[in-house]
Amino acid sequence: MTMQRFRLKDLGQVDRSKPLRFKFDGKFYEGYRGDTLASALLANGVHLVGRSFKYHRPRGLLSAGAEEPNALIQVGEGNSTDPNTRATQMILRDGLTVKSQNRWPNLTFDLGYVNNLIHRLLPAGFYYKTFMWPASWWMRYEYWIRRAAGLGEAPKGADPDRYEKNHAHCDVLIVGSGPAGLSAALAAGQTGARVILTEEQDSFGGSLTYNTDCTIDGLPAFEWVKRTVAALSSMPEVILLKATVTNGYYDHNYLTLLESTDNDNQTGSEYKTRQRLWKVRAKRVVLATGQIERPLIFRDNDRPGIMLSAAMRAYLNRYGVSPGNRVLLFTNNDDAYRTAISLKKNNVPIAAIVDLRSNPDGELVDQVRSEGITIYPGHAIVSTAGYLRIKSAKIMQLSEDGTKLIGSMKEIRCDSIGMSGGWNPTVHLFSQSGGKLRWDEELAQFLPKTVTQNLVSIGGCDGTQGLSNCLKAGLKAGAESARATNNKGRAPRLPKVIEPKYNDQRTIWLIPTERANGKISNHFVDFQNDVTASDIGLAAREGYRSVEHLKRYTTMGMGTDQGKTSNVAALAILGETLGTTAPNIGHTTFRPPYTPATIGAYAGRNLGLLFDPVRTTVMNECHKGLGAKFEHVGQWMRAWYYPKPNETMQQAVNREVKAARDSVGILDASTLGKIDIKGPDAAEFLNRVYTNAWLKLAPGRARYGLMLKEDGMVMDDGVTTHLQPGHFHMTTTTGGAASVLEWLEEWHQTEWPDLKVYFTSVTEQWAVASICGPNCRKLLSDLAPDLDLSNEEFPFMSVKEGNVAGITARIFRISFTGELSFEINVPRRYGPKLWDALMQKGKKYDICPYGTEAMHVLRAEKGFIVVGQETDGTVTPYDLGMDWIVSKTKHDFVGKRALKRSDIIKNDRKQLVGLLTENETEVIPEGSQVVETPTSAPPMVMIGHVTSSYYSPNCNRSIAMALVKGGKEKIGQTLHVPLRNKTIKVTVTDTQFFDKEGVRLDG
Amino acid sequence: MLYIKCPWCGYRDDAEFHYGGEAHIKRPFDADSLSDEEFSEYLFQKSNTKGLTLERWVHTSGCRRWFNVLRNTVTNEIIEVYPSNQLPSSQAGKEYYKNNWRRKSAAESLTTRQVEK
Ligand SMILES: [Zn+2]
Repeated sequence: MTMQRFRLKDLGQVDRSKPLRFKFDGKFYEGYRGDTLASALLANGVHLVGRSFKYHRPRGLLSAGAEEPNALIQVGEGNSTDPNTRATQMILRDGLTVKSQNRWPNLTFDLGYVNNLIHRLLPAGFYYKTFMWPASWWMRYEYWIRRAAGLGEAPKGADPDRYEKNHAHCDVLIVGSGPAGLSAALAAGQTGARVILTEEQDSFGGSLTYNTDCTIDGLPAFEWVKRTVAALSSMPEVILLKATVTNGYYDHNYLTLLESTDNDNQTGSEYKTRQRLWKVRAKRVVLATGQIERPLIFRDNDRPGIMLSAAMRAYLNRYGVSPGNRVLLFTNNDDAYRTAISLKKNNVPIAAIVDLRSNPDGELVDQVRSEGITIYPGHAIVSTAGYLRIKSAKIMQLSEDGTKLIGSMKEIRCDSIGMSGGWNPTVHLFSQSGGKLRWDEELAQFLPKTVTQNLVSIGGCDGTQGLSNCLKAGLKAGAESARATNNKGRAPRLPKVIEPKYNDQRTIWLIPTERANGKISNHFVDFQNDVTASDIGLAAREGYRSVEHLKRYTTMGMGTDQGKTSNVAALAILGETLGTTAPNIGHTTFRPPYTPATIGAYAGRNLGLLFDPVRTTVMNECHKGLGAKFEHVGQWMRAWYYPKPNETMQQAVNREVKAARDSVGILDASTLGKIDIKGPDAAEFLNRVYTNAWLKLAPGRARYGLMLKEDGMVMDDGVTTHLQPGHFHMTTTTGGAASVLEWLEEWHQTEWPDLKVYFTSVTEQWAVASICGPNCRKLLSDLAPDLDLSNEEFPFMSVKEGNVAGITARIFRISFTGELSFEINVPRRYGPKLWDALMQKGKKYDICPYGTEAMHVLRAEKGFIVVGQETDGTVTPYDLGMDWIVSKTKHDFVGKRALKRSDIIKNDRKQLVGLLTENETEVIPEGSQVVETPTSAPPMVMIGHVTSSYYSPNCNRSIAMALVKGGKEKIGQTLHVPLRNKTIKVTVTDTQFFDKEGVRLDG
Repeated sequence: MLYIKCPWCGYRDDAEFHYGGEAHIKRPFDADSLSDEEFSEYLFQKSNTKGLTLERWVHTSGCRRWFNVLRNTVTNEIIEVYPSNQLPSSQAGKEYYKNNWRRKSAAESLTTRQVEK
């Protein structure tokens, strides 16, 4: 293990009594509790953390926060592994194992670097231009490109970690805990308002964690942070969330927060939660997201050791880590001076400050001067040297207008560079909320303009500068937001602040080149995607002038960092190239998530059995006892078939199908949708939603009905029974139960509110055993001796109430098999009792329980359709050959007019027909295409598809139904079903395969 | 995710609701007298506006009641919630209703004629 050579004594907020061991690229290192992976690596002198995406250039840490483009790390091993994690946000924990990405075979020797040597051959759009032709080769190219340009590895198996979700409401959600956010939380919290404060880092305070040169009410700034956090912690209605990225801002103040919880040292617990996704509905949102520092764009500005000035200050003051042994600073504003003073105070040697401004002045500049630090005013870095770590930089003087370099070149030795190109307000969430931005010429920043949700932007993200101003804005916004959400209270007094004063910056987007030919080269704008200033120029020259085109052509801003450090500079450079300004270019759309998020967090606990509810019928245990296999039908688990020992599925289904027609079969039909319909206008209502006539259906009688959508397409079917005057019992398909109820409500509430009718779902209230077959009447009369079950007294399509096996039951004489059949409905809790009684009494008839598969074969033998199988929302009753069910005399029903449309009445629509295979034992796969003239290979003209296909033991052959173009006229013809390795010859028939006369219905 | 105020239950997340498309599409009473083209104005043609729109929602996972909403499709701001079978009462809603192309469609004028009879 290496020592923490760059850790400074007694500086920063890490806990030195808690050393942590971690492994980076196979080597062990030590850090402290309170470190990020980034600060711990720097403490060990490791700047080189990754390779760039396209050219495989060595890259180091650029930032200390969410904006990090370079330090993307593969965290963990096995299925827990997580790619593309920013080392700057990765909270260090003991035993952490991490790897660098995008390098092979290792970080210091990467073969992909050859891309850099030929990089003039790999300009923007190179992949598109070169590899897109010929199209058939793209798959081959893609394999190699993706291999070379990998962004980490996805785990191969299921994520073993646990994630949770939390739903919350609050008065005020405050994003960001810098001076503005903290003071807003304090002001709002004091009123008793329900406040949630989120902070993406592991410690509250934002810039106050590292700006040690300020005091608030006489306290060092970070002491004020600690006091404020302590005060907030004592407020019962305030929730403080650190290590929590607010990553999505959606409609109506709905925000998602992703909290990392695997850093609390919650060891030992087997229910350790890795991340928690918060879904928050906030009455008001305060965005205090601060600003992100801009890099300067000069030649070879991407070498390891070059980082942002404020990030350098953060590593120094927050983590107690020195960036190097000889620091050069390069700036266009006062920020680097502030960093220089901090470095000097901690005895870190400073090479010089290179300042783009010709006459820097002010208190910070004076202080630096008095420390004896060399300043090069009106100068710029023109190139750097050093492969795995910066070694030196060359500087030159700038012309007065900043577009040229003059004078002689001077080389300065250094091992790190802190740069500052000014600041970009972090407007991502504001923009996600629907807010529009404006370009502020003076600040050279995009700032919030039009607000569309109940929010306020304060502090840095609103362009506010200076600690005192941010505190003031926070106190004001916090108190106002609390009052706006019906809390009473006043803003606390503004504390007394001592802070350094900043002077103006000099914005030069692109540092000129010293090269004689004037060519801009290796001026990196987007570090993660290796987009340079010359790529942007090339895109502009090739006509990609819109920012959205620029983005897609150069891949600018398309990395996992979404261009947080690069977008604005790219826009400005594009603007300069096109002779206009950034606001005229516009900006790309900001989309959630703000930083990459683990999919597991969005799934949460909704996995496996918790993914979707599983519904079982009350007779479930009976089926299990009979050895049933189950299948999913929507959310239901239905008995599929009941195999005997050593029986295959086909053998079991054949046996069940035979038994149902030879003696007695029994089916659990409880899942059918059931809707209780009551009211004096119930019959009139049914008459309007079904295609056939319902007004004359007598009480005690039942009728099959077909429902259409208003476009004439079949939507659902089922039998509805008139129980008593004004009281109907409707059945729907198993899958359609909920949507049919909604459909009825819709028509009643919105179209015919004058009808007096009420709907109640009773699907779960009734258990249903359906018995069928020639002996089922005998079986039922054994259990219901008081009932007259004769055809005369209890005809087909009627209902009786009576006592079955001691249970009051509704018995429907309806049939989905074409056999004599009774559907016995009993109150749910009596389901198992009824089932057991039927099974017991049925023994003497060899009663056979049958599952959904046999049910399908039985109904297909009779040509009965299943909505959703024979229909798909494009099928009319005429297409199904069900003209008989469409009333010609009714004035109106839903879908009536649509059935007269020219497209519906033409006779070459796809129509339902039967198909019989030439080889009687061959069963066509469902979904197969039907063709008239097969050819040796696709494409072929497809005229339809197979909707149902089974082996029918009662017909002793396979049977199938298909929707075939002009099918009715093709009956008797031969068609073909081409499969992958053969073609099946079929004859078109009608859809009645068994008992065409229907004599079995009465037993 | 929208936050919708059900007239009966109060504010709920939109996951509890189903969207019901454009509101105030009157169903032609004697549709047989419409040509296919005229009928398609009722059946298929929907106002797909950028900005204000009148639409139907149903509180499926709550009270099962249908109601109407005046919403801005750009900002998703909900300006008005009002019962089914009523017209909007806000000024913006009234204007949108009055100026909608559907008021002049053949399908709707047929409905109006029927009501007048
Ligand atoms: Zn409701």
